[in-house]
Amino acid sequence: MFEALIGGAMIGIAVSFMLIANGRVTGISGITSGLLNLVKHDIGWRIAFLLGLFSGGATLMALNPELFALASHTSNYDYLLAGLLVGFGTVLGSGCTSGHGVCGISRLSKRSIASTLIFILFGMISVLFFKMLRGSL
Amino acid sequence: MKILISFLVGFLFAIGLGFGGMTDANVVKGFLDILGNWNFNLIGVMFAAIAIHSVIYQLVKNKRAPLFDSQFYLPAQNAKIDKRLIVGAILFGLGWGWAGICPGPAIVSLASGKIQIVIFVASMLMGMSLCRMLSKDCKVEN
Repeated sequence: MFEALIGGAMIGIAVSFMLIANGRVTGISGITSGLLNLVKHDIGWRIAFLLGLFSGGATLMALNPELFALASHTSNYDYLLAGLLVGFGTVLGSGCTSGHGVCGISRLSKRSIASTLIFILFGMISVLFFKMLRGSL
Repeated sequence: MKILISFLVGFLFAIGLGFGGMTDANVVKGFLDILGNWNFNLIGVMFAAIAIHSVIYQLVKNKRAPLFDSQFYLPAQNAKIDKRLIVGAILFGLGWGWAGICPGPAIVSLASGKIQIVIFVASMLMGMSLCRMLSKDCKVEN
């Protein structure tokens, strides 16, 4: 639990810097899908942010590759379909765990609180569904 | 400067995710699996992040502009909870629980070089484009 709190604090500090310095919400799905607009003056900071995420990932990978574990009982098809749902759903619903879950809740946005409760609930339903499908419930 | 800040924010965000266990799909699914061996790491990560950011937001919200831009880019505070938001959150939640991956950890985990993550991110981008093609008013908010 200690690591979780420290990790969360780093995320809180990171998104606060984004707000204070650049005036932006740190929503990963929004920053990523905003690239699809191809508006020239708006691309630089988005790419820099994603490169930062990737570099952070590369650093973690160098420190401890075991941090990156995939869920058990999953095939490539699962990643294909789950990825589609995540991409479609986050754009339709205007945000994900970072934009709604961290930034939006911190602003006490009603939309973000609703979104977060809903996606956590349906995340739980999804996990239960696949457990049932495998007969391990 | 904006570019440098964005890079550093991304970097720190990724380290925080990894440190908090959020790049491990089993930890994330462990939180969503309420009837299993419940793992509440995710709550710890979100709690700490929200605790810090909500204080900072209160300090910043009445400022006229951020340090390196002429305006804040924040969604309207009192926007309505509409069908799009609800359906979007449902679809996202289903996909999230399926693979145990949301957009942040997906991009951070690209660095692990796993083919499953590459597939996930590619198809996430397709899903995003598809949604934007189907609805012209698909506005990016968060």
